[in-house]
Amino acid sequence: MSGAEAGTQPVTVLETPIHLDYVFTPGIAQSIFLRGLARGVFLGQRCPTCGKVYIPSRGSCPVDGVATDEVVELPDTGIVTTYCVVNVPFAGQAVEIPYTCAQVLLDGANISFMGLIQEVPADQVRMGMRVEAVWVPPDELGPSLASVKYFRPTGEPDALYESYEEYL
Amino acid sequence: MAERCAVVGVGQTLLRSKRDDVSIPGLVREAAKAALADAGVGWDDIDAVVIGKAPDMFEGTMMPELSLAPALGAVGKPMFRVHTAGSVGGSTALVAAHLVAAGIHERVLTVAYEKQSDSDAMWALSVPQPFSAPLLAGAGGYFAPHIRAYMRRSGAPEHIGRIVAVKDRLNALKNPYAHLHLPDIDLKMVEESVMLWDPLRYLEACPSSDGAAAMVLASEGALGSPAFPPAWVHGMAMRSEPTMFAGRDQVSPRAGRECVADVFGQAGVTRPREQIDVAEVYVPFSWYEPMWLENLGFAEPGEGWKLTESGATAMDGDIPWNCSGGVLSSNPIGASGMLRFLEAAMQVRGQAGEHQIDGARLALGHAYGGGSQFFAMWVVGAAKP
Repeated sequence: MSGAEAGTQPVTVLETPIHLDYVFTPGIAQSIFLRGLARGVFLGQRCPTCGKVYIPSRGSCPVDGVATDEVVELPDTGIVTTYCVVNVPFAGQAVEIPYTCAQVLLDGANISFMGLIQEVPADQVRMGMRVEAVWVPPDELGPSLASVKYFRPTGEPDALYESYEEYL
Repeated sequence: MAERCAVVGVGQTLLRSKRDDVSIPGLVREAAKAALADAGVGWDDIDAVVIGKAPDMFEGTMMPELSLAPALGAVGKPMFRVHTAGSVGGSTALVAAHLVAAGIHERVLTVAYEKQSDSDAMWALSVPQPFSAPLLAGAGGYFAPHIRAYMRRSGAPEHIGRIVAVKDRLNALKNPYAHLHLPDIDLKMVEESVMLWDPLRYLEACPSSDGAAAMVLASEGALGSPAFPPAWVHGMAMRSEPTMFAGRDQVSPRAGRECVADVFGQAGVTRPREQIDVAEVYVPFSWYEPMWLENLGFAEPGEGWKLTESGATAMDGDIPWNCSGGVLSSNPIGASGMLRFLEAAMQVRGQAGEHQIDGARLALGHAYGGGSQFFAMWVVGAAKP
């Protein structure tokens, strides 16, 4: 095609969306975590050497290099260690922007994971804020973190900075 | 190091939002040809090629280096691919330098690139997985919470990030290769730019760029007659750590602290702020300047932001950082780390043009990547080590 034709432009870029279906094989440790989510509980694992509780556990302690075979049930409550408010759209985004994406440290865990914070305006989220998990209805529970709808404030006093400083 | 190793040629492409005038092979060849010309050598003089780029998922093409061999004169020669996420440009240069230092090759071409306009980095960095919530929004979404943690830990006032955002963009005006040329940039413009990942605003984040970088590294016996004096490698190291472990310091990772201690130890640097003349450090988000000032030992913990605020890291300060405009002004991801290493070499070779620091003798090149878990650094100098 000639680019000189009225109202036309030469084609320089062609977008070709592709997709890939894959089967995720979680392994023993992550299966424990994912099956816990499917019945609405958080299951972590404790390192026999340092005693730290990992959630989700990859089956071994990254510091000590030993298997974490003791399963520990953790509560639905914890704190926000740090967070950001996402206001940027991208392909495949699952949550409407703006949303608060936080690092949530469950009570009794020694590592945080990413969680959505709702039922509170973004500008009122704080480091150290106490939160609790809100699960999807029982018939919608499944083996993924999609079972947790979001975390919401409990209204308890904030944790002291010194109590979670080492998790930042 | 067994054999001495030096940079004898550097080349980079124009770094732009869209280099739709060239294909990926054309892009890498453009940088490689410039590096060969600067070194005064031809394709036949190269013993091996070491190449790096960001993860293959960005373009959805696995092992692209295989199809790039002809464009890089590598057919029939050893070719080596390096993978360390965003730090890859630095690690790639180090793998090439190791091949020379180990006495395996005399002259190695090293290349790194990204054509972000042909890829989708945001998507590739935000793929949903069952064991994590689908919330991660690209690299900014990952690093913004750690920036907030730094602000809390150090007590730094919120305008510090804006100072870096302005400084690096003003430096970029002196670098014709840089992607962003924003002559009107000031603190107010940064403050009024849209909030993308609170606390990070649009102008406090790096752009998305196309570009490639290349260097020719040579042993002492194969320096040839380059256009500028060689930049000697005085120290080099890589370190990594797991992304997640209990008690991990995500603001000032241990791998970074140990990497710089190793490099400075090799180079005899004990007082970096006095001994290093200029540094090119991987700062993709404004706040990573004060964070890395502390991690790299240029400032005490909690004090990095004061150095930034004082103007010490500006071109007329006592420890200029990112005179080229840095990653904040150009981010062809895979090439970004190599550009830091290359710009450090340009400074000690005296070929940095308008962004040259007069009399620079010793320079630091730095790259980091992944979830701040990969680090690569070198110190290059005008004097033979």
